[in-house]
Amino acid sequence: MKKIKKIKIRVNGKVKYISDNYHMSDLVKNLKIPIKKVAIELNQEIIDKKNISKINFKENDTIEIVHFIGGG
Amino acid sequence: MKNEKLIIAKKKFNSRLIVGTGKYKSMSECAKAIKLSGAEIVTVAVRRVNITDKKKPLLMDYIDPKKITYLPNTAGCFNSKEALRTLRLAREIGGWKLVKLEVLGDKQNLFPDMIETLKSTEILAKEGFKVMVYCNDDPLMAKRLENSGADAIMPLAAPIGSGLGIQNKVNIQIIRKQTKLPLIIDAGLGQASDATIAMELGCDGVLVNTAIAKAKKPFEMALAFKNAVISGRQSFQAGRINKYLYGNASSPKTGIIK
Repeated sequence: MKKIKKIKIRVNGKVKYISDNYHMSDLVKNLKIPIKKVAIELNQEIIDKKNISKINFKENDTIEIVHFIGGG
Repeated sequence: MKNEKLIIAKKKFNSRLIVGTGKYKSMSECAKAIKLSGAEIVTVAVRRVNITDKKKPLLMDYIDPKKITYLPNTAGCFNSKEALRTLRLAREIGGWKLVKLEVLGDKQNLFPDMIETLKSTEILAKEGFKVMVYCNDDPLMAKRLENSGADAIMPLAAPIGSGLGIQNKVNIQIIRKQTKLPLIIDAGLGQASDATIAMELGCDGVLVNTAIAKAKKPFEMALAFKNAVISGRQSFQAGRINKYLYGNASSPKTGIIK
């Protein structure tokens, strides 16, 4: 059996350790993110929300998940 | 009187009041104030989702983007790169192309950095954004923005959140004369009458946040701004009288009892 490796990623500034077979869709599900109301960046590149189940991570990836809040 | 609509980037709006959604005590207070103001466009900020508090209320749960036009802004951005990144993300959230560009140059007075603003406007227009641009009350810069593809010119009345009202009426009037683009006063209004003055100068609309959100009674102030904008527009369309230095009696000078 393949041994699961843990890797370090950063989500909205917070460090998370995940297994290397973890996908963006798992992260979204795990954090209970309402996908239709957010935009996601992986290493400063906007990702297509349709492809989240195909995106996995590598060590030190930086993810930003943003939405709209009150502002002037 | 003809009640023509406000048209921005070919989209029509009945209300000429745009309101911000920041600085309210709660989301429900914000939603109620917006409703009372009659605004059909609200500015919103793009920020990180709180991943530790998953139950935190979402703006979209209180203000329906299908009913109210969200105008994503770049508040808090101090250069073109940050502003572009923010608005590209905003577009990705759900196809928002109508945006408010605001590139600040100074943390104390929050004046716009017009060089970065101009650069960003050009890029955003090329990328298909409809850009409403926060700017100085400088007619030359306003012209440059127009030539760079801006969809609306939004000069400040005074520094953001200052409540000082319109400081340079002459410049606003010059900008009004030179542009056919929507001209919207953004930032610095303090009370409802400031909005009336803006509309009487011929502006197409006003954008207000702090003056409503931080009023002692935000709901009453939201209503006051709604009426002030309508009143100012009507007054502008009605055409004011000329100014005279001396008195001119309103009652007939004939038939006076002796």
